[in-house]
Amino acid sequence: MTSGPQGKLYAVLTIDRAIVDAIFAHARRDHPDEACGVVAGPVGSDRPVRHIPMQNAARSMTFYEFDSMEYLKVWREMDDRDEEAVVIYHSHTATKAYPSRSDASIAGWPEAHYLLVSTRDPAVEEIRSFRIVDGAVTEEPVRIVDATVDPHAVQTYMFGQSPATVDYECSGR
Amino acid sequence: MAIEVRIPTILRNYTGNAKVVEGSGDTLSELLSDLDSRHSGLRGRLVTEEGGLHRFVNVYVNDEDVRFLGALDTKLSDGDTVTILPAVAGGAFGFAAAAAILGNRL
Repeated sequence: MTSGPQGKLYAVLTIDRAIVDAIFAHARRDHPDEACGVVAGPVGSDRPVRHIPMQNAARSMTFYEFDSMEYLKVWREMDDRDEEAVVIYHSHTATKAYPSRSDASIAGWPEAHYLLVSTRDPAVEEIRSFRIVDGAVTEEPVRIVDATVDPHAVQTYMFGQSPATVDYECSGR
Repeated sequence: MAIEVRIPTILRNYTGNAKVVEGSGDTLSELLSDLDSRHSGLRGRLVTEEGGLHRFVNVYVNDEDVRFLGALDTKLSDGDTVTILPAVAGGAFGFAAAAAILGNRL
């Protein structure tokens, strides 16, 4: 479990709509093979901001594994950028988005949110998130945030009129 | 002889939470025994009872995966950096069956 500045345990995954879309696009592209990857974010922030789709070295419909050299490269890059793997994701292509026994026993990053998507139904977006610590799986809610809708947008309109033209000036923030 | 060893978070309970420790050894096997003498239990998380590297641990010397360098027999030199990362793997139907079909990689 990640601890925040006050030692709090994070019990929800908050993630941008755009990143969820990118994860699904990756998973559907690789379907019926399982897809896998990471979403990096600043160390300690619990904010997944940088989507890194990765190779499934197993190229299988029923299991996945990070390619060992790509894994090293991505982890070093995150380290250089003071980032960590906030989300580690993979897809199930014929079963539900729930961790298998292998998923639970192999999981080696207890601070990460283990995100599972399922591409078994092309019309349905199945996405669930879990913490996996010492092989124990705990589900957590996924809070998808749509950053394109800015709740702070303010628009002011200024109208200028002359005999021949009408000027509209809209300023938006 | 000093070899820098980078430890993943899941193994830092063996190193007093240290992210990097130092050790020595002419081979990876010797290095792990050396580390185990100061960080008891660490070697057991990386090496199986049969004496091979654990299937779901990645070990690198500098920029190379030791699976291609001789695994536990990988030769080490002064100044090398060894990086340990737990494998990220899994999948819908379990790895044991798949590993049996494909054969062990090591």
